[in-house]
Amino acid sequence: MAAPAQRRIIFQHIDEAGYSNDIGCYVRHGGYEVLKKAVTRKPEELIDEVKKSGLRGRGGAGFPCGVKWGLVDRKSGKPIYLIVNADESEPGTFKDRYIMHQDPHQLIEGTMISCFANNVKQAYIYIRGEMPHGARILEKAIAEARAAGFVGKNILGTTYSCDIFVHRGAGAYICGEETGLIESLEGKRANPRIKPPYFPAVLGLYQCPTIVNNVETLCHVKYIAEHGGEAYAKIGTPNNTGTRIFCVSGHVQRPGYYEFEAGKITMGQLLNEVCGGPLPGRKFKAVIPGGSSAKILRFGERFKGKRKVGAEMVDYDWGVEDVPMDFDSLGMIGTMGGSGGVIVMDDTVNMVEALANINAFYSHESCGQCTPCREGSLWMKKITTRMVHGQARNEDAALLKSVADQIPGRTICAFGEACSWPTQSFIAKFGDEFKSYPETKKTAKPAGAHELV
Amino acid sequence: MNLKPATLQSIDEVITHYPVKRSATLPLLHLIQEDIGYLPPDTCEWVAAKLELQPINVLEVVTFYPMFRQKPIGRRHIKVCRTLSCALMGGYKTCEQFEKEFNTHRGEVSPDGEVTVDFVECLASCGTAPVVLIDDDLHEKVDCAKAKQLSDQIKAEAKKR
Repeated sequence: MAAPAQRRIIFQHIDEAGYSNDIGCYVRHGGYEVLKKAVTRKPEELIDEVKKSGLRGRGGAGFPCGVKWGLVDRKSGKPIYLIVNADESEPGTFKDRYIMHQDPHQLIEGTMISCFANNVKQAYIYIRGEMPHGARILEKAIAEARAAGFVGKNILGTTYSCDIFVHRGAGAYICGEETGLIESLEGKRANPRIKPPYFPAVLGLYQCPTIVNNVETLCHVKYIAEHGGEAYAKIGTPNNTGTRIFCVSGHVQRPGYYEFEAGKITMGQLLNEVCGGPLPGRKFKAVIPGGSSAKILRFGERFKGKRKVGAEMVDYDWGVEDVPMDFDSLGMIGTMGGSGGVIVMDDTVNMVEALANINAFYSHESCGQCTPCREGSLWMKKITTRMVHGQARNEDAALLKSVADQIPGRTICAFGEACSWPTQSFIAKFGDEFKSYPETKKTAKPAGAHELV
Repeated sequence: MNLKPATLQSIDEVITHYPVKRSATLPLLHLIQEDIGYLPPDTCEWVAAKLELQPINVLEVVTFYPMFRQKPIGRRHIKVCRTLSCALMGGYKTCEQFEKEFNTHRGEVSPDGEVTVDFVECLASCGTAPVVLIDDDLHEKVDCAKAKQLSDQIKAEAKKR
């Protein structure tokens, strides 16, 4: 079956010739008209539209945005904050970068609509430190929007005021975790907070109710405010509404970003048709479907079970290529849609070496406050690095698994899961390669194979 | 602390962005590092005094975030992405090429003082791997040939000085 056409609602103007990131261009394309209408509506109506839309967060967890907003403590008498999570740090993910660099006003409009709907007093955009140009572009865009009355005091002549400031991170992955991000924004180490009691919706920034939303999520809010929650819910599939931006990297002919209706395209269509298939003379071996912490899939494996289609339960029997790219389907086969970062590996890649690369990342990025994660991520790195650069032993797979199994569920934040899932899934799916690695090491690497660690 | 007047002005301005002064810790460290090139030894006390904190509150931030450095680096900072998508496309070779061009090792200042080459984790541009951040500018699809070309540019600029 042929892949469906892209449906670009968020990336509508990305890479469009002649489209620039200044406010003049944005307004010429109908920009800020949605905000103008939104401020004439009741905030509760806007929240209802988001609830009706079924929008799920695009940062990784897929948590329903309307539910998140519904949890905000509005009776505390404390100011409400909104933080735009622009930390974009999950390896394999590179969508928010293009929104912020090429279409920053779309984000600012979505942010201001969300702020108005939630009676937010102050918004911050927490952008990763490695995007200095992005921070400057956003600052310039906010200044333009402020001068035009879309941001700041008495927005569009109303009694509602809310400003946005840009706050730069400094190279720590854990700042993508919302409570770590809040700690960082408070000027501290980004050690995530324990939940309960520190749910951001109740005790967030400065112990005030706080909404943390991903860049792309807020752009979807703008679309929902424009077209209505019901119309948005018709895009995509039930419970996986709207579009998804897939960031494809690694061993395909045409890596890049592609926006499709959620659940309407399969992994096989995305990789073979949209991305042009494997590199010449190679075969797909494995794919990580939702950022580097998502569990890996092995080409050739099959997934069987029952799933709900409409009101009925039907059997499914999928290969990796057949899996629809949505939160629920990827969840059913034991991995996740996550942040949309699809990392593809072909038959030149040795899985021990690929895991060693990922483990080095997580070991570097563990914040260090929980022992299982700090020590576990380090030992998983040490073991896999030793396997590649030192002595590899037959029993290493079992050792790695035992370390990985002792981390998840025993840490303050989800980093414990994020760092153990790669090791657990690589060994579950490619245990044979780990066992034979001492022998494989003695043979020559396949042509075109790169050093990974 | 010998900061430029423009930096001091930015520091006073950025503090007003937050209801709690401590929040300005990261912005101040960025501003000082951009001005001086690194964070000199008196940074923690200076920032602490400015934000009404203890120096340890600032030091623990400096040592937590990879982008903050307490030692000078080369004139240009070459950060090569090490993480999976870039490594799959040859990021390690790219890094070695830069090391070779400037006769240096990762994490060290090159003998001519011109560059510091570092491996860093994911730069969020995986679709154009391997990527390299030189100072503030992202360079995409940097294979060995492009790494050589970028190195030549840096060397040519150095000669003009």
